[in-house]
Amino acid sequence: MSKIKVEDLSVIFGKRVKEAQDLIKQGKNKVEILNETGCTVGVNNASLEIKEGEVFVVMGLSGSGKSTLLRCFNRLIEPTTGKLYVDDQNVLDLNDHDLRMKYRREKMTMVFQHFGLLPHRSVSSNVAFGLEIQGVDEETRINKAYDVIKTVGLEGYEEKMTGQLSGGMQQRVGLARALATDPEILLMDEAFSALDPLIRTNMQDELLDLQEKVHKTILFITHDLDEALKLGDRIAIMKDGKIVQTGTPEEILTNPANDYVKAFVENVDRGGIVTANTVMFNNPANVRIKQDGPRAALRKMSNAGVTSLPVIDQEGKFIGFVKDDDMKEMEDKGLRDIKEYMYTKEEVTAVTPDTPVADLLPLFLDTNLNLAVIDENKKLIGVVVHSTVIAEMIGKQRKEVQQIRKEGGINL
Amino acid sequence: MTIDIDIPLGNWVESGVEWLSANASGFFDGITVGVDAMVVTLQNILLFPHPYVTILILAVIAYLMTSKGHKVLSKGAWKAGGGMFIFTIVGLLLLELMGYWEETMNSIALILVSALIALVIGIPLGVYASRHDRAEQAIRPILDFMQTLPPFVYLIPAIIFFSVGNVPGVIATIVFALPPAVRLTNLGIRNVQKDVVEASIAFGCTKRQLLYKVQIPLAKPTILAGVNQVIMLALSMVVIASMVGAGGLGQAVYKGILKADMALGFEAGVGIVILAIFLDRVTQSLGISRKQVSDEE
Repeated sequence: MSKIKVEDLSVIFGKRVKEAQDLIKQGKNKVEILNETGCTVGVNNASLEIKEGEVFVVMGLSGSGKSTLLRCFNRLIEPTTGKLYVDDQNVLDLNDHDLRMKYRREKMTMVFQHFGLLPHRSVSSNVAFGLEIQGVDEETRINKAYDVIKTVGLEGYEEKMTGQLSGGMQQRVGLARALATDPEILLMDEAFSALDPLIRTNMQDELLDLQEKVHKTILFITHDLDEALKLGDRIAIMKDGKIVQTGTPEEILTNPANDYVKAFVENVDRGGIVTANTVMFNNPANVRIKQDGPRAALRKMSNAGVTSLPVIDQEGKFIGFVKDDDMKEMEDKGLRDIKEYMYTKEEVTAVTPDTPVADLLPLFLDTNLNLAVIDENKKLIGVVVHSTVIAEMIGKQRKEVQQIRKEGGINL
Repeated sequence: MTIDIDIPLGNWVESGVEWLSANASGFFDGITVGVDAMVVTLQNILLFPHPYVTILILAVIAYLMTSKGHKVLSKGAWKAGGGMFIFTIVGLLLLELMGYWEETMNSIALILVSALIALVIGIPLGVYASRHDRAEQAIRPILDFMQTLPPFVYLIPAIIFFSVGNVPGVIATIVFALPPAVRLTNLGIRNVQKDVVEASIAFGCTKRQLLYKVQIPLAKPTILAGVNQVIMLALSMVVIASMVGAGGLGQAVYKGILKADMALGFEAGVGIVILAIFLDRVTQSLGISRKQVSDEE
């Protein structure tokens, strides 16, 4: 079920908003609209759906409108047009009172790039701020604050002033403040961008750990693709106010929607993200242990143009591999039971579909067989060939490889 | 050919003032009574104890204010506040022994009442201006006008509305001392970090919560700098205010000028300087919170 649904949301800054709106409908881009009307388009007709409990990352460079989009979610910025549903309630229909009382206070909280903490208050009083505004009594809210401070690993700092803490610790306070009111949705605006790389990586890991426990719906904004790929269950990439592509990290890496996204993902270390599921051949040709003899196996191999095939039992479970040389030998000797010449499970490796490509590569080192991909019932669902794994790791398409060969490769 | 144009701006203002004094005299009388009562009460309170007692109390106040952030009787506290403690005792004792005690207390009363009224009007106005750009644009030229118009000029309508005495002096002082209260409150609130304000709104603050829990606490140092300025400007008006009959040290200086009495003018002048140092140092430390200083130690 989708928790948040955004439909045709646009934000236009300037005086001639009406004209700009018409131009958006005609599908004009940011620069054209700026030239014609003098209006700046913050968000251009964005639509997306965010599922409950998901970490949804909006990625874009500065000026892409990602922070503007985020601020529409709690109406720090009022969208010019469009609809924004949270649990089937159009947030843009709420009056000021309901927006404040029911929505900002209870539904969603926000973590800011530069923390946005109150410098005149202690850590615990900052964390309790959201509850204080709701009118929760002091004892309850301070108790709650101490609990949350523990969760984010700041125990012992409760009564320090925020100015005495390092950036990473201040952002933990920011996170604790956002969690203290127990919201359903967390908005994180470049929450880790102001931190040192090492601290940033730490915080990312901890956010993921925390998410395991709290299962919030998180909308995370970043300009850092690696961060997006690491944190996001799904990612939307924005450019000039438009959402260019939405998808899982793997979808975005393996199937970029256009040249912009492609250029973006080119230099990413794909090995950890792309999985066996993407690079395998589905429903591969196979040899059935009881029915097929060496002759049938050889025929299937020549049909498929391969030199080895996986073997399955009657229930479709993967049990091993056979090679064409062995089959030929068996046929010559007149043997019938391929079991004798089969590489059994102990000798070959089977992987699950979610194994990252980076982990597949080493498996090819000590075998010249393909890899079988099996599901949780041990049923064969695919085969991974080493050439596709290499292709995936270097991130080049066949065409590009041919180009490289043409330009500089040695032609044997 | 010459065009003979004579815009009688002065006459227009004059008839306006006359109309007001004729038609709104009840209103102005009310203000006169109220302000006069405040000044007299404060004067009486200050003059009630023996001068030495008052001097000691003021010296202790000076000590506590200037040694803020230190433990009350620690070495650090004496280092920070001891100077002002001794200065207050010596300075005020000098004034008492020169025979200017009553004038000094009257001046303090006039300054405090003017400053208080100026702050009560100015700070809310500054808050309002900080939230409404239009209001800020409208208020700014008025403040410029109030600060640049020579104070002598608005002494005239002050006499017409409030007759002669302490009250027109206080009113003229308020007009002169009000602008920094408005300006610095406005500035302080506008300069509160944008992301802190944004965060507060995102957490569901009402406008009132935002003001009292976030904006005013964070703008406090700037607002209190405004308070200090208001008091110092009020002090700088004591001599001018005495021209419309306000009492105190200012009147002694004014008499010195009229009679070309160097001795009288100098003594009262020194008194104003002592008062200025006392008020400045005490109100300057308003903006320092106890925590800030102890952290630096």
